[in-house]
Order: sequence, then structure tokens, then C-alpha cells
Amino acid sequence: MVDLRARSAAVVSVAPRPVRRRGRFTPLFFLAPYLVLFCLFVVVPAIFGGWISLHEWDYLLPGKPFTGLDNYLALFDPDSRVSGDFWTSMKATGIFTVASVPPLVILPLGVALLLNRRFRGRTFFRAVFFMPFVLGVAVISVMWRILLDPNIGFVNHLLGANIPWTTDLPWAWISLVGITVWWTLGFNAVIYLAGLQDIPAELYDAAGVDGANRWQRFVHVTLPGLRPVALFVTTTTILASANMFGQSFLITKGAPGVETRTTIMYIAQEGLRDYRMGSAAAMSYVLTLVLVAVSVINFRLFRSRS
Amino acid sequence: MAVSSSHNLTRRGLLALGAGAGSALLLSACGGGGGPAGPAGPSKAASAAPTTYTGPKVDLAFWNGFTGGDGPFMKKLVERFNGEHPNIKVTMNVYQWADYYAKVPAAVTAGQGPDVGIMHVDSVPTNAARQVIVPLDDLAASLSLTESDFSPPVWKAGVYRNARYAIPLDVHPLGMFYNKAVVAEAGLDPDKPPRTGADYLAALEELKKAGIQGHWATPFPFTGTFQFGSLLHQFGGTLFSADAATATFAQEPGVKALSWLVDLITKGYSPKNVGQDADLIALKNGKAAYNWNGIWTINTLNEAEGLEWGVAPLPVIGDQPAAWAGSHQFVVFKQRARDDDKLAAAKVFINWISQHSIEWAKGGQVPARKTIREGAEFKALEHQSVIGSQIDHLYFLPPVPGIPDASAQIDTAVNQAILLKKEPAAALGEAAAKADKILEQNRKKYGA
Repeated sequence: MVDLRARSAAVVSVAPRPVRRRGRFTPLFFLAPYLVLFCLFVVVPAIFGGWISLHEWDYLLPGKPFTGLDNYLALFDPDSRVSGDFWTSMKATGIFTVASVPPLVILPLGVALLLNRRFRGRTFFRAVFFMPFVLGVAVISVMWRILLDPNIGFVNHLLGANIPWTTDLPWAWISLVGITVWWTLGFNAVIYLAGLQDIPAELYDAAGVDGANRWQRFVHVTLPGLRPVALFVTTTTILASANMFGQSFLITKGAPGVETRTTIMYIAQEGLRDYRMGSAAAMSYVLTLVLVAVSVINFRLFRSRS
Repeated sequence: MAVSSSHNLTRRGLLALGAGAGSALLLSACGGGGGPAGPAGPSKAASAAPTTYTGPKVDLAFWNGFTGGDGPFMKKLVERFNGEHPNIKVTMNVYQWADYYAKVPAAVTAGQGPDVGIMHVDSVPTNAARQVIVPLDDLAASLSLTESDFSPPVWKAGVYRNARYAIPLDVHPLGMFYNKAVVAEAGLDPDKPPRTGADYLAALEELKKAGIQGHWATPFPFTGTFQFGSLLHQFGGTLFSADAATATFAQEPGVKALSWLVDLITKGYSPKNVGQDADLIALKNGKAAYNWNGIWTINTLNEAEGLEWGVAPLPVIGDQPAAWAGSHQFVVFKQRARDDDKLAAAKVFINWISQHSIEWAKGGQVPARKTIREGAEFKALEHQSVIGSQIDHLYFLPPVPGIPDASAQIDTAVNQAILLKKEPAAALGEAAAKADKILEQNRKKYGA
């Protein structure tokens, strides 16, 4: 860092001033289009959402009474209309995230390692693993709901069993996690694959010269080389799992009762079906804070290993 | 190192912000604008002749959610209307109902709303309170439409705060569909469907002896909640008090109704864990004998080749006949600037479709209009007229804004009880307590 500064100071003293001045705004020009979109569609709505969460807000009603922190306090008041349902939905999201992230981080790595080897039909298999990901959530959900129907589904027919895949616990979670892993595994595998191809071959050669066996090469070369990629995969997978909505909405409808109704599904009902947007915005912010905390821990964990 | 750490910081910030903003965006995307204020509603246009339109050529945007087998029937009617009315051009747009109810208020707020639309009767008061639709009293008056032209509950359901906001197009009740081959297999007469609770249970017992689970009890709103509501009304109850002040579905009739459905499972007349739509698929596959489903099922079963099926009114399990029904109703949307020509043309359009709703009935509906329902042409529609015979025994939710939020709690109770997770009384009690809180908040919110 000191080096860098010293060098840039040297550059300043050599380069003519006008050139440097012109260059100073170049990064901003490149950033501007994204920055405008980011402000318009992320920063402004985020602030506006915070403002909404302090009101009883229905955009079509003339009165939008300011209620201060009432929407937040209601979430922590066991007697309120929302707190029971909200925390049940947070629990559902938590269960789904905890159950789905490990397989979605580990299995794609295995798939990527296999697909990174040279063998006939490699491109074909790469396509096969990625293919489910291009299907929409409605397509995969309706398809699996029919396949997994407890009484007339094909899966139970094959097993000769009567497993309540979509209507009882823990089966509904097993179905939701399994379907999601099958559906999105290919995406993470492709990211890992790109990461694997970025690890310089010389490192493996050097490790080989040092007498490392295959397992040692994996632990000491492949895994450290994948750390930035693994951090990305873990973070995006946690956020994607915490935002799960479509699968529950279509496959279980939240059944049994509201046990598999995720937070996003509940927020959507509260805000968009029942038009209680202030309360829904407050829930979004609580969920956001939890996700921020989880992301921070995640980043710390990955960094402390370096 | 410094470079990479600041890079991480930015990315972390981005991710965190993105997570929150994503949900905030979802909510605020519908924000903006306070809705066109001020009174609206046709008043001058009432003087125009109700059945003809002689003004300059106008375009009417007509939105609805007829995405199923009903869509083509409405499209044909609209085309015929356009053919017969050279100075009115109606353009029909179809959305999924869920999208439609989210889109229309936003479009109206933005001043881009359609002119005419269809709404389910349960949604009318909410949209009236949110000023998405305008009162139609003068339209009804100028067309001389009164309660006696329809059926009292259907007609009354379109009134909010002493003003009429909707003109009924149809009703779509629950009926008892049955698989004739399956019934015959158990030695029952396929032309004499059971009419009473005792008959029904006797038939289910015969079916059970033949190894058939006759009535698959579904835990999902379509149509588990509708079956529950029908039974509750048969046992003399109501879902809510008449003024919608409190939820009454957890009282004795409700407990009886839900227990009856749960007993279907414990007595072996229904499998456990019936999935979404599995009850209807089982009827088609010959695994079930009876399915209480909406009149729209006529289309589905007609498409099933080689299936011998029949339909009857719901058997009277309780003390009196009763059946759930929905109703499609015409509404007129609020505009930024009033256009009397469009209002006059809309009136002609609504009246014309209503008068020709026999064509609509062919798509699997019961016309709301009495003259058509009692006409020979409707009586000739075998299945529709059987289901339509229940017209005097249908129930609707009380017309207060936000009532769908409260009645959604029933879905949870029915689901928990039929999946054998909770006793019917306990499930209903919890749902009713929550519904009461919702009703109370709605009164505050909508200022009732």
C-alpha cells in the first residue's frame, strides 16, 4: 500500500496535469449508468420503504397515518395480529436456509470437480446439470407437485409408499429443499467450474513435484484457490434461500397450516394481497437486518481463514 | 490487501443493500400517487338512453381474468357486440386474476386504468373503499335493474355503504360432481345421486366396501374451504356476523361442518394428505366417486374423453340446503377525467352482455339475470341448470372492505384440521381469534 502511494506520487510528478485531470472523472463516467439505476431502483426505494414502514400505508387510501415504530413493535408483541405468523414464517425461512445452503454449496463443488475432468460427453453433462436452472419456478413447481402428490403421485407409485411429500413435516421440507437443490445446483456448479479453471496449472505441478497426493492437492491447492468463488457462492446461496417464495407458494401452499409459509411469502400476502404495506415494509426491514448480520458473519468466517 | 478489502466492503454493502432493497422495491413499486381524488361516478350519463349509444365512436378497454376455458366464450361475445355496435369498439385484455387485482389499482392510480372490468363479488367492497371503481346506481336505475331481476343475495352483494358498485354477470356455485362408472361399480344407481346426509354416508359406505374412497377431503382452499363453508351454512351457521363485526365460523355449526369433513378421513371414506387438485384428478381417474367442486369443472370434465360423469346439487348434510358460490360482476373503473360518452357506451356494453349471458352460461356459468336463468335455453343446458337450481341457497361474504383478509384465516384452519394437525374446534377457534383482530384493524383502516 505504501508502495502504491509512493508510485502514484511519482506518476503525478512526471505526468502533465491536464491529462490527469481529464482522467479523474473517467471512472465516474463508467460508473454513472449503473449508479443512476442503483439509486433509482435500490437506494430510493430502500429509503422510501423505511418511510412506509413508519406508517399504516395503503397507497390507494387517502389517509396514511404515521404510526412511528408501531409496525416494528407489533412484530415483537406476542398478542398482536402479526407476530405469531411473522415468526413462524421466519422459522420456516430459517429451516429452509439452513437445510438448503450446505447441499447447495457442497454438491455443486463435487459436480464441478467431475465436470472439470476430461472425458467424452463432458459438454453434454455440463448442459444436463445446468438445464433445470433455465426452467421457471412455476414450471418446476407444478411438475414436482404432481410428481410428489401423496396419493396419486408418480414418486410414491414408484416407491410403493404413501409418503406425504407435500402435506406433512418433515417431508414437505425434504421436498422443497430437494427440488431447490436439483433446480439451482447447476448454476453454482458453473461458477465453481469457472473458479477451477482459474487456478493456475503450475500450482498443481509444483504440488506434484513436492509429492502431494490427489487429496492433498485438493486441500492445499484447489480449496484455497476457490476461496473467493466459494465466498460468492455461499453468500448468494444464503440470500437466495432466504428469499425463497415460489416453491412454497406453488408446491405446499404453506401447508401443513402455515408451517412452510416463508417470510417473503408472508410479506407478499401482507403487503400485496391485504394492502398493509407499512407492516409488510417493517417485516422486510427486520428480515433485511437478519440477512445483513448473517452476511457479515459469513464474510468474517471466510476472511479469518486467510 | 487494502485494495481487496475495500473491494469486499463495497460488495458486502451492495449485497446487504440489495437484499433489503429487493423487498422494499417489491412494496414500493406499487407506490406513488395517492389515487385520483375527488368524487366520481356517472351521473349526467344517466340521461342517455341505456340500450343504444349514438355519440361519436369510442374505444372501451375491458379487462378481466378469464384465462381458462371461459375466456373464448367472453371473447366471442365481445366480438359479436363489436359487430353489432359500429360506434363502440371494445378491446378485451385478459390477465391472471391474481395479477389483475394487483395491476388494476396501480393502473387506475396512474390514470391508465381500463374502462370496464369484471371483479369477484368478494373484492368489490375493498375496491370500492380504495376508490378503484365507481358507483353504478344510476346505471342500474337507467337500465331499470332491480333485485327482482337477479337473486337477492347476488344483487345485494354488490352494495357498499348504500351505493351499488357492481352489476352481477353470473354466479358460479359448488356442485356435486360424480363419476357414474365408479358409482355403478359399487352397486349404486348412477342416475339417483344422494340427496341427504344419510344417503350420502350410506353411499360412501357402499363405495368403501367396494374398495373405493368416495369423497377425497381436500385441505386446500379450492375447494376445501368452500365445502366447509357450504356445510357450515347447511348446519345453520354463518362465517361472519351480518355486519362483519366478528368471525362466527368457530361456533357450533362450524365445528360440526369441519368435523364432518375430518370424519370422512377417520371413517375411511377419504385418504389422508390429499394434495392440491388431487381430489378432482382422482374423480377423473376413477379413484374417487364424488367431488364437490365449482361449476367451472364442467369444462374440465367435458374434456376428459370417455368419462361418464354427472352433477347434482350438494347433498343436504345439515338442516337446510346451502352452497358456496362466487359471482363475477361488472365494474366501471375510476378515470382521471370523466368521459360521458365512454360511460354511456359502457352502460350499453354491460347491458348487452348481461342480456346475452346465455352464451356466457354455455362456458360453464349460471347467469345472474333471472329472465335468462329461467329461460328455456338455460334449462336446456343440462349440467349448468342442475347447479343453477341451488340459486336460492347460495351464501356470500358480508360486503365489507378487506373481508378476504379475514376469510383467508379459514383456509388455515381447514388445512390444519383436514391434515389432522389440530382438532376442528381448536383450529377454528385460533383462526376466528385472528380474524377478529383483522376485522378490527380493517374497521380502523377503512373507517367503518
